[in-house]
Amino acid sequence: MIQTDETRGLAVESQPPAGQQQPAAEQEPPAGQQQPSAEPAAPAQSDPPTRLTMPFGKALNAGMRAALAADDHVLLMGEDIGPLGGVYRITEGLQAEFGDKRVFDTPLAESGIVGTAIGLAMRGFRPVCEIQFDGFVFPAFDQITTQLARMRNRHEGGVTMPIVIRIPFGGSIGSIEHHSESPEAYFAHTPGLRVVAPATPNDAYWMIQDAIRSNDPVIFFEPKSRYFTKGEVDTTVPAAPLHTSRIAREGTDVTLVGYGAMVDTLLRAADLAAAEGTSAEVIDLRSISPLDFGPVLESVRKTGRLVVGQEAPGFVSVASEIAATVAERAFYSLEAPVLRVTAFDTPYPPSKLEHGFIPDADRILEAVDRSLAY
Amino acid sequence: MSATIDSPGSTPTVQLVTPDGRWQPSDSAEEYLPYVESLGEHDLKRFYRDMVVMRQFDTEAANLQRQGQLALWVPSHGQEAAQVGSAYAARPQDHIFPSYREHAVGMIRGLDMVDILRMLRGVTLGGWVPEENGNFHLYTLVLASQTLHATGYAMGMQLDGSSGTGNPETDAAVLVYFGDGASSQGDTSESLVFAASYQTPQVFFLQNNHWAISVPVARQSRTPLYLRGSGFGVPGTRVDGNDVLASYAVTAKWLDDARAGHGPALIEALTYRVGAHTTADDPTKYRTDDELASWVQRDPIVRFVAHLRTLGVEQEFLDAVDQEAADIADDARRRVLQLGPPSVGRMFENVYAEPHPLVEEQQEWLARYEESFGEQA
Repeated sequence: MIQTDETRGLAVESQPPAGQQQPAAEQEPPAGQQQPSAEPAAPAQSDPPTRLTMPFGKALNAGMRAALAADDHVLLMGEDIGPLGGVYRITEGLQAEFGDKRVFDTPLAESGIVGTAIGLAMRGFRPVCEIQFDGFVFPAFDQITTQLARMRNRHEGGVTMPIVIRIPFGGSIGSIEHHSESPEAYFAHTPGLRVVAPATPNDAYWMIQDAIRSNDPVIFFEPKSRYFTKGEVDTTVPAAPLHTSRIAREGTDVTLVGYGAMVDTLLRAADLAAAEGTSAEVIDLRSISPLDFGPVLESVRKTGRLVVGQEAPGFVSVASEIAATVAERAFYSLEAPVLRVTAFDTPYPPSKLEHGFIPDADRILEAVDRSLAY
Repeated sequence: MSATIDSPGSTPTVQLVTPDGRWQPSDSAEEYLPYVESLGEHDLKRFYRDMVVMRQFDTEAANLQRQGQLALWVPSHGQEAAQVGSAYAARPQDHIFPSYREHAVGMIRGLDMVDILRMLRGVTLGGWVPEENGNFHLYTLVLASQTLHATGYAMGMQLDGSSGTGNPETDAAVLVYFGDGASSQGDTSESLVFAASYQTPQVFFLQNNHWAISVPVARQSRTPLYLRGSGFGVPGTRVDGNDVLASYAVTAKWLDDARAGHGPALIEALTYRVGAHTTADDPTKYRTDDELASWVQRDPIVRFVAHLRTLGVEQEFLDAVDQEAADIADDARRRVLQLGPPSVGRMFENVYAEPHPLVEEQQEWLARYEESFGEQA
């Protein structure tokens, strides 16, 4: 049902395979003998509904199902991901479908999950590890940064580490401590890792498959506050490549940049700005490392103004890197300093306070106003 | 019998040869005796030869460090029997995950010892391709990290059907080395948890050399370390790690069991780090001459020489080994001195498997930067 590697490859090339080209022309029935449904043509049979509306979490599930079906070496491992399907049910049904050798519960130890995944990757598997919550990744931080990230380099290319570490991240879910963190900068700072964060169900579906297919370790941040947000998923037309950013909304006066759940906030801010007569362009970064600066710089050269939003604290953060790079590369295009709208540099507060901690559309707009005032 | 190392009241320790070279198996050694019965004279001579070669190489490498040719050396003096015995127990299809002191194990698996020196000279972070060197994986410098890699690797062997099929010629297992210091790391405990949980084909080989740099093993554990596995459901055995035959037999038995699908096991090999932790260490600051002397009396090579003499091995053989060891050390010295630095571009290679714009950009920048000096000259 779901697209496999092969069918996806065809879609990328947008060319039917040799020998299947233009069957219609050759098989065209004589005039007057049209047989509209006489032959249930093969192409029609292999064309499942291509545009499905589904929640972000279900899109991830469908993407992992496709990856498991496409490659026997893909394994899912983590805490509670088997019969339960994960605390967010992202892996629901996958153990039943692929068996407990492909999708398995691990002991409750994050360093153990990532450390054994490294060994499995050395043996030729492609493990996809689920870390239950953002705040629980740190027991695995040593294995990720001192081992996983360097393994290929210290082997001088002799091994590949096709490991995906899925981490639900971000706040706005009214949860308790350590369940709302945005630790992406730690990983983006580490050479050897790739770091991505989809913002839409369509990207969730495609980016998880791209991440699993990557021969490098990918830290895959899932905006958990969006798990139940529905959107259209096109299962035949692949999304943009994994490490590219995307114009989520076009505009001319100011550029708003973010990733993960922040993209929705930026889009709401753009709506509100439009009502006030300001045209905001919104860029969904999708990839944090490497960071696709091209569309950001292009947009800034057009608008002259940039506001970066993120749920993580601001000091030494992804937003800092964007501000520095844009200042270096688009200095003469800027009409105003790059402004960062981030969480505060405090521990994530009790959830009753989180709405004042994470930037909302109003705080984005406040920064837009400051930018426009220059 | 009363003179054996595991007489009543003491911790049972598998020993086959006494420190003065007599064949006198301890009570706990009985189940391991079949594993040494298959060894012939050639095997015993090989064990001896490898221990002596390693001892000589160790001295040469320390000298190279003192002369500024290596950034660091990690002595293995005193631990030769634990390493040589356990290494010979592994089969070609087995995979070995060392810590960073298992030079003799690497040598036995076919590794060119100069490859280890390349890493310690600062020429490379790794040094060899495991699959081309007897499945001897790279050294791991963050203590105990490799225990989890080993367990994951063993899980992979289970998943791809390379273990537990009942065919002893093809079934594989993992042998992972760590030390008394690393036993305190969380990763060691987690790897024991995972290994027991999935019943991995794996042997944990803990060389208790009594010192984690300057800290004695009593600071790491108040109970004998071979018991560490029992709470996890991993059976443990203590072996006299200065007895090469006992180290071989115990490791052979538990690796056989692991390959056959009987799950993981832990071996604690009692030995002693006669040398410093590394060439940056000064053991005189934290341990007594008496303690050192007591362990030097239990030297694994001295013991095995005495044992070989009881078997009628001639001085001619021993002399030939000494000469071979000296030649190997000389050859290593000669080749190490020829090792130049890697090209600057190497640091950008293999950071990622797939193209990465930031790394490429920085590599190109550095090339331009360096060229700019060339133009001025």
